[in-house]
Amino acid sequence: MARTIIIDPVTRLEGHAKITLQTNDRGEVESARFHVTQLRGFEKFCEGRPFYEMPTLMSRICGICPVSHLITSAKACDAILAVRIPPTAAKLRRILNLAQIIQSHALSFFYLSSPDLLLGMEADPAERNLFGVVRANPELGRGGVRLRQFGQQVIELLGEKRIHPGWVIPGGVSEALSAEKRDRILAMIPEALAITQNTLAWFKIRFESFREEVRTFANFPSLFMGLVTGNDRPGYYDGKIRFTDSTGRIVADNLDPANYPEFMGEEVEQATYVKSPYYKPMGYPNGMYRVGPLARLNLSKRCGTPLADQEWTEFRSLERGAVLSSFHYHYARLIEILHGIERIHALLDDPEILDTHVRASASLNNLEGIGASEAPRGTLIHHYRVNEQGLITWANLIIATGHNNLAMNRGILQVARHYVHGDKLTDGMLNRVEAVIRAFDPCLSCSTHAAGQMAIHVRLVNTAGELMDEVRRS
Amino acid sequence: MKKKLATVWLDGCSGCHMSFLDMDERLIDLAEHFDLVYSPIVDQKIFPPDVDISLVEGSVSTDADEHKIKLIRERTATLVSLGDCAVTGNVPAMRNAFTVDSILERAFGDRPVTHPEIFQGLPKLLPRVRPIHEVVKVDVFVPGCPPSADTIYTLLRELLSGGSVDVARLTRFGA
Ligand code: SF4
Repeated sequence: MARTIIIDPVTRLEGHAKITLQTNDRGEVESARFHVTQLRGFEKFCEGRPFYEMPTLMSRICGICPVSHLITSAKACDAILAVRIPPTAAKLRRILNLAQIIQSHALSFFYLSSPDLLLGMEADPAERNLFGVVRANPELGRGGVRLRQFGQQVIELLGEKRIHPGWVIPGGVSEALSAEKRDRILAMIPEALAITQNTLAWFKIRFESFREEVRTFANFPSLFMGLVTGNDRPGYYDGKIRFTDSTGRIVADNLDPANYPEFMGEEVEQATYVKSPYYKPMGYPNGMYRVGPLARLNLSKRCGTPLADQEWTEFRSLERGAVLSSFHYHYARLIEILHGIERIHALLDDPEILDTHVRASASLNNLEGIGASEAPRGTLIHHYRVNEQGLITWANLIIATGHNNLAMNRGILQVARHYVHGDKLTDGMLNRVEAVIRAFDPCLSCSTHAAGQMAIHVRLVNTAGELMDEVRRS
Repeated sequence: MKKKLATVWLDGCSGCHMSFLDMDERLIDLAEHFDLVYSPIVDQKIFPPDVDISLVEGSVSTDADEHKIKLIRERTATLVSLGDCAVTGNVPAMRNAFTVDSILERAFGDRPVTHPEIFQGLPKLLPRVRPIHEVVKVDVFVPGCPPSADTIYTLLRELLSGGSVDVARLTRFGA
C-alpha cells in the first residue's frame, strides 16, 4: 500500500524540521522532502532600525553561529561607513571567526553526530546522545565537550560573552586584546590540538565501518561553492567566491560576493520555509551546489597550516576529483577544526595582535553595504540598504545552510531509496535518513530567517508530483 | 530516583540551548541526577508524560508552538521560561509590529498570500508572538539573552534537589 512516512521532528539537529517520504504500492520510496517548519522575518523587522544596531540584532538569528552573523553584519556596516578597518582588528575578527567554526563543528561532530558514528545507526535510540557517548567512550565524549569549550572560551576571552558577544562593531572591534588574555588562549591550544588529532585518528579507522553510508549519503556530482583567498586556501574571514565541479575543475572564480544576484538564483518550493539557491548560469535544479566544510576542502589546494595540510592531502586522495560523499562532511569538519586551532595559534604569535588601534571611525558614507564571510556551514552574506539617517530600509540575508537545500533533498531521497522499504520500517532506517541531514549540519535556526530578493521561481506541485502552477520573478 | 528533565526549543535562536551546553563538563556531571527525556540533542520525538522539569526556550509564534506548549504544560511539574524570548517575547516579538502577510510577502513575494496552499502542512504563523506565560502557567522565569551557563547550572542544581531559586540574584533582562 502506498503511504506517507513522516519523521517529525528531525532530532539531533539545530532547528525545526520534518521529513516526509512517499512510498508506492511496492513499498519503495518515490519521493522524499525535507521541510523547514519555522519562519521569523528578520529582514522585515529590522526595517527602520539604525544600521549600527545590526551586528547585535542579527546575531540573534542564531545562537549556534552568532559570531558569523555578527562579523558578516559588521562587514556590511564597514561598507556603509566606507572604512578600511585597522589590520589588527581584522586579525582579531579572524580569530573570533575561527573559534566560532571550531565550537560549532565540535557541536555538530560530538554532540549531534558522534552517537551515530560511535554507537552505530541501529543503536538504542535512548543511548544515541552525548550522554550515551560519554558512557561508551568517555575520552571521546569528554574530549568533544572540551573542544567545544575551547572555541567558546576563545570567544568569551575576546568578546566578554560566549553567546551573542557585542565586541565586533562597525569599523573594527570595541577593545584590543591584552597580553594576559592572549597567553590564556595560547595555554589552551595544546590540549585542543591533542583532542582533535586523537579524534581524527579514531575517525579515519571508524569510517571504514560505514562504507554503505559513505556510498549512499548524498553521494553524487554537484558544484561546490565557497570563499577562496590567496594561495588557493579557503577564505574564512574574507576572499572571493569560487565554484568548482565534481571533477575539481574551476567553473567560476574571483567572483565578488557583492555581485551575488548575478550568479545565485533562488527557488521557493512547496511546504518548506527555506528556499533553494542554485548557480544561476546552470539554472534550476542543475545549478545545485554544496557549501560548507566539504566544499571548502574541495575548492582549495591547501588549508595553509602544516598539520591541516597533511590531512587535506590525505582527505583529497579519497577520490580522484572532488570528494563527493556528504558522509565526509564529518571528516572535513575535523580537518577544519585542526586548521582553525593552528591558525589561531599563528595569529596570536604575531606581535601586532596586541596593537591597540582596533577601530576606525567614520560616519555614514554609503547607502548600501554588503558583507560576506564563511560561517561554519558555508558562505554567509548580509546586504543592507539605509536612508540618509542611517536607518535600515531593506535587508537581505543569504544564509549558509540554505545553499545546501537542494543537495540535502537529493541526499535524503538517495538514502531513503537505499535503506527504507515501506512494508518493514525500522528505527535504524529512519535514523539514517536523519543522519544524512546531520552530515550536512544544517542550521535551521539560521535558515528559517532567510528571505531573498533574488530571482524567485515558485513551483506548486501536487502529491503526484505534477506541476500545478508556477511563477517567476526576476 | 533521577529526575526527568526536558529542554524545549520554541521560537528562539537556540542561544539559550547553547548556554545550557556551555555548562560543559558540569552538564555531564550533573546528568547523574537527571535523565534528559526530551531535547533537541536526544532522539525522542514525542514529549513524554510525568516530566519533572522543562526548560523552555523561545516564544510562542506558530499554531504548532501553541499546541506544543499546552501539551508540555500538562506533562510537566515545573515549567521554566528560559531566556528573554520565553519571558518577554524579545526578538521574535519584534515582528508584532508587522502583519503576518507582510512578513511572508517580504520573504516570498505575493504567492503565499494568493496561494496559501504553498505552505500547506507547515505550522501557521500566529498574528502575534507571545511570551510563554500568556499561553500557559509558568513556574520559574529566567531572563537573559541568553541566561549564562552559571545561571542555568545553579538553577538546575537547586531544582533537582527540590529547593527554590532566587533567580533575581543570578540574572536579569538582557544579561
Ligand atoms: S533569549 Fe536570546 S539567546 Fe535565548 S533564544 Fe532568545 S535571542 Fe536567543
